[in-house]
Amino acid sequence: MLGAMIPRLGAAAAGAAARRGLSALAAAASAGGAPTSAAGAGGSALPRSLDAGGDAYARSAAAMDRLLSDMRAEAARAAAGGGEAAAKRHRARGKMLPRERIDALLDEGSPFLELSPLAGHHMYGKEHVPSGGVVTGIGRVRGRLVAVVANDATVKGGTYFPITVKKHLRLQEVAAACRLPCVYLVDSGGANLPRQADVFPDRDHFGRIFFNQARMSAEGIPQIAVVLGSCTAGGAYVPAMADEAVIVRGNGTIFLGGPPLVKAATGEEVSAEELGGALVHCTTSGVTDHLAQDEAHALAIARDIVGGLGGGGGGGGGYGGCGARWDEPLYPTEELGGIVPSGRQPWDVRALLARLLDGSRFEEFKSNYGKTLITGFGSLYGMPVGVVANDGVLFSEAALKGAHFIELCAQRRIPLLFLQNITGFMVGKRYEAGGIAKDGAKMVRAVANAAVPKVTVVVGGSFGAGNYSMCGRAYSPHFMFSWPNARIGVMGGEQAASVLAQVEEEKHARAGKQWPAEEAAAFRAAIAARYDEEGSPYYASARLWDDGVIDPADTRRVVGLSLAAALNAPIGDTKWGVFRM
Amino acid sequence: MRATSRAAVVLWRCALTRAHCCGLAVGPAALSASSSATAAGQPQLRQRRAASGAASPPARPAITKLLVANRGEISCRVLATARRLGIPTVAVFSEADRRARHVALADEAYCIGPPPAAESYLDADAVLAAAADAGADAIHPGYGFLSENAPFAEACASAGIRFVGPPPAAIRSMGDKSEAKGVMSEAGVPVVPGYHGEDQRPARLADEAAAVGFPLLVKAVAGGGGKGMKIARSMSELPAALDSARREALASFGDGRLLLERLITRPRHVEVQVIADAHGGALYLFDRDCSVQRRHQKIIEEAPAPGLSQELHAHLGEAAVRAARAVGYVNAGTVEFIFDCDSGEYYFMEMNTRLQVEHPVTEAVTGLDLVELQLRVAAGEKLPLSQQQLGAPRGHAFEARLYAESPARGFLPCGGRVRRWRVPPAAAAFDPAAALRVDSGVAEGDEVGTFYDPMVAKIVARGEDRAAALRALRGALAGTQVAGLPTNLGFLRRLAGHAAFEGLELDTGFIERHRSELLAPEPVPLELAALAAVARCKLQAARAAAATAAAGGAAAAGPWAMADAKRLWLPHARPLEMEAGEGGGEAAALAVTYLSDSEFEVSGCSPAGPLRVSHVALALEPDAASPPDQTAARVSAQIAGRRVSADALLYSRPSEEVLALWTAAGEAREFRWPVARWSKAAAAGAPAGGAVATPMPGKLIKLLVEEGEAVSAGQPLLVLESMKMENTVASPRAGRVRLGTGLHAGAQVEEGQVLLHVVAAEEERRGGGAEGAPAQAAAAGAEAA
Repeated sequence: MLGAMIPRLGAAAAGAAARRGLSALAAAASAGGAPTSAAGAGGSALPRSLDAGGDAYARSAAAMDRLLSDMRAEAARAAAGGGEAAAKRHRARGKMLPRERIDALLDEGSPFLELSPLAGHHMYGKEHVPSGGVVTGIGRVRGRLVAVVANDATVKGGTYFPITVKKHLRLQEVAAACRLPCVYLVDSGGANLPRQADVFPDRDHFGRIFFNQARMSAEGIPQIAVVLGSCTAGGAYVPAMADEAVIVRGNGTIFLGGPPLVKAATGEEVSAEELGGALVHCTTSGVTDHLAQDEAHALAIARDIVGGLGGGGGGGGGYGGCGARWDEPLYPTEELGGIVPSGRQPWDVRALLARLLDGSRFEEFKSNYGKTLITGFGSLYGMPVGVVANDGVLFSEAALKGAHFIELCAQRRIPLLFLQNITGFMVGKRYEAGGIAKDGAKMVRAVANAAVPKVTVVVGGSFGAGNYSMCGRAYSPHFMFSWPNARIGVMGGEQAASVLAQVEEEKHARAGKQWPAEEAAAFRAAIAARYDEEGSPYYASARLWDDGVIDPADTRRVVGLSLAAALNAPIGDTKWGVFRM
Repeated sequence: MRATSRAAVVLWRCALTRAHCCGLAVGPAALSASSSATAAGQPQLRQRRAASGAASPPARPAITKLLVANRGEISCRVLATARRLGIPTVAVFSEADRRARHVALADEAYCIGPPPAAESYLDADAVLAAAADAGADAIHPGYGFLSENAPFAEACASAGIRFVGPPPAAIRSMGDKSEAKGVMSEAGVPVVPGYHGEDQRPARLADEAAAVGFPLLVKAVAGGGGKGMKIARSMSELPAALDSARREALASFGDGRLLLERLITRPRHVEVQVIADAHGGALYLFDRDCSVQRRHQKIIEEAPAPGLSQELHAHLGEAAVRAARAVGYVNAGTVEFIFDCDSGEYYFMEMNTRLQVEHPVTEAVTGLDLVELQLRVAAGEKLPLSQQQLGAPRGHAFEARLYAESPARGFLPCGGRVRRWRVPPAAAAFDPAAALRVDSGVAEGDEVGTFYDPMVAKIVARGEDRAAALRALRGALAGTQVAGLPTNLGFLRRLAGHAAFEGLELDTGFIERHRSELLAPEPVPLELAALAAVARCKLQAARAAAATAAAGGAAAAGPWAMADAKRLWLPHARPLEMEAGEGGGEAAALAVTYLSDSEFEVSGCSPAGPLRVSHVALALEPDAASPPDQTAARVSAQIAGRRVSADALLYSRPSEEVLALWTAAGEAREFRWPVARWSKAAAAGAPAGGAVATPMPGKLIKLLVEEGEAVSAGQPLLVLESMKMENTVASPRAGRVRLGTGLHAGAQVEEGQVLLHVVAAEEERRGGGAEGAPAQAAAAGAEAA
């Protein structure tokens, strides 16, 4: 049913794109224009196919700029954490803010791929949980990639909201998939007590953090905890479950029950430092292994630990298949800001590839077949990559082509990059009869089972079964990012309004009642508004439906960092299961 | 006859130059070949030579193997000439110098003892044993060490080894300053009023001091080079001056006898180079001015001494030759005069019976190789030219002495590893007659210790006249890159650039008088600060990448290896604390925002707002040979529309990181920032206040306080000896002394070692605070090590 829904955006675009796919775009592609570079991987260079001096470009770029500046403002608000006063109190105790801690942990001048900075955005009404109260991401320590979790104690004392748990678990999922050593910069009061029902009991709740630590450790993925503040109750298990733990004198405390609980339970009066400070745990209890004099020291020790992991660092310790040299794209990646039309016109995903892939080179696969799906090979920073990108609504041929191409990549152990701009699969009597459901299923199965690193970027719409076949969140891509113009949902708001209004009208009809036109209009408007809100990248990113919204100009960098991180783990064999023929 | 001789002289000069330039291994045949090569290149000379028909090519001196009983630059310099002349060479070295440059330059080398000079370079028996082992038949003593040691010269003679220097008797009579002055007075050479008597009783010295008048100088009879020399401005300062001078004299020369001398308040130090052969020939090779001194250490010398009349030049020269003849002098020596700027009088000061440090300026203006002359004279040859043939100096030359010392810390001698040693390309090869020359005893990677004299190199520049020579000197100083240890290079640049120096305002008080300008902090230009900040970021990233690659980690490739710390959505600003210069320099709190891997914004360097540094490019130097804790590159960028570039070197020291920048415009700056060190020990804490640490490595020679003694701020606590200089360490505050363990006279101490604490009264009352302080500090120190 879902797969059959085509949002209105899709309906308009599908036809246009289909037409274009058949004629205009082919012409544009064959027109060439850009020189073909002989260096590196095969494939011919894509043409510029974007007039950066034109009016259309300027309008598109202006629209994107508005989205970007909103996004920057939101990101700045999220980065401010618990606010100025809280930050001041925090610093007064000799503490750094979580992103500063990460900066100090990572190699000077190296990238940090922060995940989901907008987590928790407007999720809890009046309670603001910027970045979900925890900063996560991947960075480089002594040349080795690590996954980092840093609690933000300025946000609700670093306590775990449901989204905090989800974000922490997501980072652990990434670490496990990429076999990245985990560094936990702990400064948290543990589970958020008023919300215990949503953070404590279920499978993917608080306890899962320690389960993951145990499992990853068993897998040979190092687990390192740096106790920079409280580790209370369940939180005590983060350092206790770690392979190696550092604690800061004065600020770091670890206990199952804090002083108030102890007093309540036994009447014993004891200070936090006496109960679970660095001295206790380094000299008496042995809960922690390294005593740090201050935060900077603690982070320096953590760097030394990572530097000394040797061959036991979890993954290959490599940056995947990065070549020593690569060609930058022929056209500036900054132009990607002007690639998406401000209206609902279809746009040329090859122009995106020309600003994404090394040397703008793209060896298209099956270019004359199933043209609404573009498949082909290129490379990013020397890493070979198979690209699956939409150029219109999916037909049976396109789905078959996609499944075939994904099989190819899995067979050759080439990572996959999905560029989603998809309204869904084609609907209609002819297509159902043609077996579009089973063809779509073939592609979905291929996507689900291909055991190569997968990165998905939502560069436009992500609707219906198109989301599935293009490796949406449910298909566990190693990383998934969205552009600020992205829209995600089971269908478009207006389509949903139409469908639901039809259902509502039928209900009225069954009851023998007339549904007043204005009521119907209000109903439709409310549904459309809700879909619109829920389809926004803020809404999506807040709930970790992706790993973050990115500036189109950063796409190459982010995808490259992600692929390289994913390639830290070896690529296994793929088993396909049963394709419905 | 006259024409013939002049041609011979010219040929000699040219032969020296050419032979060196050709890099020939020079024996008699080779020298001859190079002479004709020179002649062929210069028709005029060839004509003269043909006309004379008599000039025979210089032959190798009759020395079969030469041992150089020295170290550092002078050893290298002597070895270079010996090599050129085809004489097999032998070096000697102490255990501290095993990897020193002079050891590598010699054909063979012998270890003659442990680092302290008294047990190695001053050990005459060890040197003679090495000579015997090597089969050397001549010893060149260089300067310092055994160069003016008459018993050593005698021991050489009795061992059948030629001592490249004057006869022992001449050393003796000139080495004893009192006797020297007596001899000179008799020979009609004017001498400064003073007391040079054998009676060294304090009362007698005080009486004599009153007779000589104040201010006066207290000097070691056996002294030289400023060691054991103190000023007393009044009778009340006399006892301390005598005490200190005697201690230094005993330590340096093993002879505590002192002399007193009138201090001339506006003196110039003018000296004359002489050389005499064993056949009665004696020449003066013009004069030098060495007035620019600091605490009696020469800093910049020049030849000829400027601003003197022709008559005066001649008088000085003739007086010097007279002086030399008066003591039956043979070989190279220097007669020092003190020239009274106020009266125009000059007095005999002393005669240095050795090759002087500053001999290169004489070589530059004469075109002669003084070491070659020394060797020939020692081999019994006659001087190859007469005073008349020598003619007049050719142009003017300067020498600047590069010391391993910290001008910012009161010129404290400092050691360290030489991280960068680059001289102007024109001075890359040794040539005594070159227009540009750098004599050095160090190479990149060498460890400059504190056992010996802190002078590491001499930069010599010659020009047609004084102005041209000064320009050349400034250029040479700007083109010299040194890093890894504090040096006076920046100070030399400012000195050479000073208008008053150019304007001939020469006397020994020059530096003291212009001290405030010469040592004033130099503000860092904004652009340079911005460039430094960006260079720091880039170099640190490059070094980390290299370290990863070296550790067999992932190849430095891919987006994670790029030095692009730009964050998604948020500006990524890194605070960078840096201090310009060394020791209490200008501190700056900068912040660098990464915009991409080649574009940055630097804030904090300009009040006008952040500076955009774009198009940053780093051309890394191949680091195959350099140690892993340093990274070198050429960094270029565009700042405010202007392209700037610099050679950059980033290196680590135990407690700090240093970034050295040499801009294309000739500016050299160092930036440093501390590297935090911590202890993981549970007992460790911040060291208690009032810790007194050693400013440099060295030997504790005197402890002036006792455990528990109450001291005031500024009160001397102990005396350290380092690089042959005494340094007094004063109390940072008032309080009670708590000594560290193992503290006694003669103890070797490391830089930064906490020796004792001065516990303030309130801390004492608090008790615990400083109680275990030294132990805690020791624990912290052990951890840091």
